[in-house]
Amino acid sequence: MSAHSHDHDSHDHGSFRGYVTGFVLSVILTAIPFAVVMGGGFDSRALTVLVVIGCAIVQVLVHMVYFLHMNSHSEEGWTLISTLFTVVIVVIMIAGSLWVMFHLNTNMMPQMNHDLLPIGPQS
Amino acid sequence: MSTPSTQPAAYWEVEPHHHEDGASTNIGFWVYLMSDCLMFAVLFATFGVLHGSYAAGPGPKELFDLELVALNTAFLLFSSITYGFAMLCMARDDQRGTLRWLAITLVFGLLFLAVELYEFHHLIHLGAGPQRSAFLSSFFALVGTHGLHVAFGSIWLVTLMVQVNRKGLIPANKRRLSCLSLFWHFLDVIWIGVFTLVYLMGMI
Repeated sequence: MSAHSHDHDSHDHGSFRGYVTGFVLSVILTAIPFAVVMGGGFDSRALTVLVVIGCAIVQVLVHMVYFLHMNSHSEEGWTLISTLFTVVIVVIMIAGSLWVMFHLNTNMMPQMNHDLLPIGPQS
Repeated sequence: MSTPSTQPAAYWEVEPHHHEDGASTNIGFWVYLMSDCLMFAVLFATFGVLHGSYAAGPGPKELFDLELVALNTAFLLFSSITYGFAMLCMARDDQRGTLRWLAITLVFGLLFLAVELYEFHHLIHLGAGPQRSAFLSSFFALVGTHGLHVAFGSIWLVTLMVQVNRKGLIPANKRRLSCLSLFWHFLDVIWIGVFTLVYLMGMI
């Protein structure tokens, strides 16, 4: 089976150019959120959060393409399929946890307001 | 009933495929990484739920030092590209170059661990240990698990350096280096989530 021979090795090890491109993009996408937050952030908190999260998502994609060499045909597509499946599960798990617990906190724990707690700071 | 003289046409492949030794290792290791990703997702979800539960204790703004986090991020990013250079040397069958870049990667990994241990020591010294509040418990669980992964990755890296030194860049060692490459870059991806959601979002 020539498809399984090393000449048609499906996992490539990238190129110098690819690694440097990924590295430069990662440095930029790391510097932006750090600079924004360390500089005190924008006036609108929502905009700051949006910029920081946006840079993180783009940087994860940059790492996957340039460092992990992901594409739609590596391992006959199974790498991509298993990753997409994982992303779906991760989103359901994190979003679901936050949603459920937020409702529990707001609806069932009125004493969550710390000012009303009878005890002071403990050490 | 007469039995057909020739063999019936097979509609499936009777002979098993021939696979190269270890041809399925990469996809198998990838599936392991995805399961590891799910474990980190649980820790991220826990931190997300508990990130405001300070129990009247210190919050992120009193505890975190962003300059230290930026330094650690730089260490991990540098270690990612130096590992990439090791893989390029490996593809050229350059054993000395591979070992040299792996050693540089190891140095960056150890620097990362040193800074993280210093940070944990500093927090516990301040009385902000994992038992102080739910926020700190989930913080130590998440960041500590990532640190443990880097520690085991470093041990694995040393093991592979010894193996490459002894046996050279044989196919088995190349396969192992490819797996560690995936592991190492994967840890950098998880760190993006950590510094964004734990440190930067905590300071906003």
